[in-house]
Amino acid sequence: MTEIRIHGRGGQGNVIAAYILAQAAFECGKFAQAFPSFGPERRGAPVTAFVRITGVPVHRHCQVLAPAFLILQDHALLHAAGITQGLLPHGKILVNWSRPIAPATAGNGHQVVVIPAASLAMEYLGKPVPNTALLAALLTLTEMLPLQALERALALRFAGEMLERNLSLVRKAAQMVPAGLWKEAADARSD
Amino acid sequence: MRAAIEGSAAIARAVAMCRPQVVSAYPITPQTHIVEALARMIAQGELRAELVSVESEFSAASVVLGAAAAGSRAYTATSAQGLLLMTEVLYNIGGLRIPVVMTCANRAIGAPVSAWNDQQDSMAMRDTGWLQLYCADNQEAVDTTIQAFRIAERTELPVMVCVDGYVLTHTLEPIDLPSQEQVDAFLPPYRFSRALDPRNPISIGNLVTPEYYSEARHAHHQAILRAREEIIAADRDWAAICGRSWDGLLAVDGPPDARLGILTIGSVMGTLFDARQAHPEFGAVKLIKLRAMRPFPVAELIGACAGLSDLIVLERALSPGGGGIVGAEVRAALFEAPSRPKIHNFAAGLGGRDMPLDLYPRLLARIAHEAPVQFAIFDLEPERLPPQER
Repeated sequence: MTEIRIHGRGGQGNVIAAYILAQAAFECGKFAQAFPSFGPERRGAPVTAFVRITGVPVHRHCQVLAPAFLILQDHALLHAAGITQGLLPHGKILVNWSRPIAPATAGNGHQVVVIPAASLAMEYLGKPVPNTALLAALLTLTEMLPLQALERALALRFAGEMLERNLSLVRKAAQMVPAGLWKEAADARSD
Repeated sequence: MRAAIEGSAAIARAVAMCRPQVVSAYPITPQTHIVEALARMIAQGELRAELVSVESEFSAASVVLGAAAAGSRAYTATSAQGLLLMTEVLYNIGGLRIPVVMTCANRAIGAPVSAWNDQQDSMAMRDTGWLQLYCADNQEAVDTTIQAFRIAERTELPVMVCVDGYVLTHTLEPIDLPSQEQVDAFLPPYRFSRALDPRNPISIGNLVTPEYYSEARHAHHQAILRAREEIIAADRDWAAICGRSWDGLLAVDGPPDARLGILTIGSVMGTLFDARQAHPEFGAVKLIKLRAMRPFPVAELIGACAGLSDLIVLERALSPGGGGIVGAEVRAALFEAPSRPKIHNFAAGLGGRDMPLDLYPRLLARIAHEAPVQFAIFDLEPERLPPQER
C-alpha cells in the first residue's frame, strides 16, 4: 500500500487533489481511498488530506500515520513544526515552489523536489491552484500510475476548454521533473 | 456501476434513486454534503422532489413528519446538536409510527463543542422509537439507505441510518452504485395506510389518557421488535438483486470456535478487520458487527457469542455516570445465555480521536492480563487531566 499525505491551505484544493489522485488509481483498476483531515476547514488554514493506493480492497478507516510521500501545496509549510511526522525513512517530499530549496535547510533529511506548480497553474488555468501540476509531477517521479490515469480522473471533473487546459498543464508539469526518480520509494510498502 | 466516489455523494445518489417526494434538512457538518447534493439534483431537475428549506432541525423533522403522514416518501439528514434539536419531533415520529428515513452523519455532541466523529448523538436517540441501523463503510451506507425506505414503509416505523461523520461521509472510496431499475424493482411506490386525506379524514397525535397510553407504548415496542423480520428480509431481497448482503441485524466474521471476540458498531470494523490480518499472533478472533441497535438483536448476539471466553465491546459513546451504552445492552442480553463470555467494555474514538490499526493488538494485550473492566475509555490520556480529574 502506498500512502500519501497532502498539506496545503484551505482553498488550494487539497481535498480535491486527494480525491483526484484516488480516482486516477481507481481508473487503473487499483483500490484507493482518499479523505481530508477530519474537521472544520476554512480558507487559509492549514489543511491535510490523505490518499491510500493499493492492489487489494482497503477496509481500514483510520488516519494515515506513516506516508511514503508528502505533497506540500504551500512551500511555507515545509518549515512548519512536525510537517514530516511519520514520513517513512525513505519518504520523499514534493513542494510547490519556484526556487530551489537547499536540502540541509528543509525536509529533515528527506529528499525534496520542487516544481513551480502555482505559477504553472496561473499560466495554464489563470488561477494559482497548484494541485493538478503537483499530481502530474508525483506520478512522473514515482511512476506509480500512468499519466493517462490522471487525465482520465480530470475528465471526470472537467470538460471542454478547462479540461484541455488541465491536460496541457499535466503534460508540462510532467516534463519538469525526472521520470522514475522516486520509483523505488513508491514500490516500498508503507504498511 | 462501480465508481470512486465520496461517501456523502454516494448516499445522496442512493436517496435520489429511492425517489423521495419531500426532502427537508438544515445544514450541519458533517451531514451537509448529502443534502447539498440532493438540493443540486432537485435544482437541476434530475430529481423530482419538493425541497423544503427550513430555519432549524426542529422544523426539518416537523416537515418530514407532516409530509410522510400525508403520504409522501420523505427524507432528512442531520448530525450532533442538530439531531438533539429534533428530539421532541423524533419521539413524535416514532410514537405516531410514521415511516421516515433519516441519515445521521454521526458527530460528537457538546459541551465541549466538537466538530468530529463519534456516536453519542444517535445513541442519545435510541429510545425515540426509531429503528437504528449502523454502517461499517460507504457501500453498506448506500445499500442500507435503500433498504431503509422499504423497511420503514413495510413496518410503518421511522428508520435512522447511522454513518460515521467524516470517517465515512468525507471519504472517497470505490462504491457500487445500483441502477435505477434495480432500486425500482426493490422499492415499490410509497402507500401509507394511515395517510392524511381530506376526503377520508382521520386524526393523529391526539391526547391519550391513562386508559390507553400503556397499550400504545406496548404496541410500539412490539412493532419495533417485529421489525427485525423486515430488516432481515430487506437485506436478503436487496442481496438477491445486487449481490451484497450485510447479514441483517448482526454480522459475524471469524472462525466459529474462536475464544476471543470483539463486538463493535460502525466504521472501526474495517480497521479491526485489517489489523486482525496483520496480527495473527493473537490467534482466532471473532469480529462481531452490530448493525441493528434498535431492535436489539438478542438472539443473534447470544448465538454469535457462543463459545467465547472473552468479549470486548468497543463503542464510540458513553452514558456519563452509567458507562458503555452498547456494553450495557450486550451484558443485559447475554445475562440469560446458557454460557456467557467475560465482557470487557471500552469506549474509544470519542470526539474524533483516531482509532488506529494498533488499537487491535493493544486491546487484546490488555484483556490478556487484566480482569474484565466494567467500563473504561480505552484511549484516554490521563496525563492531560489535572490529578484530581484522572
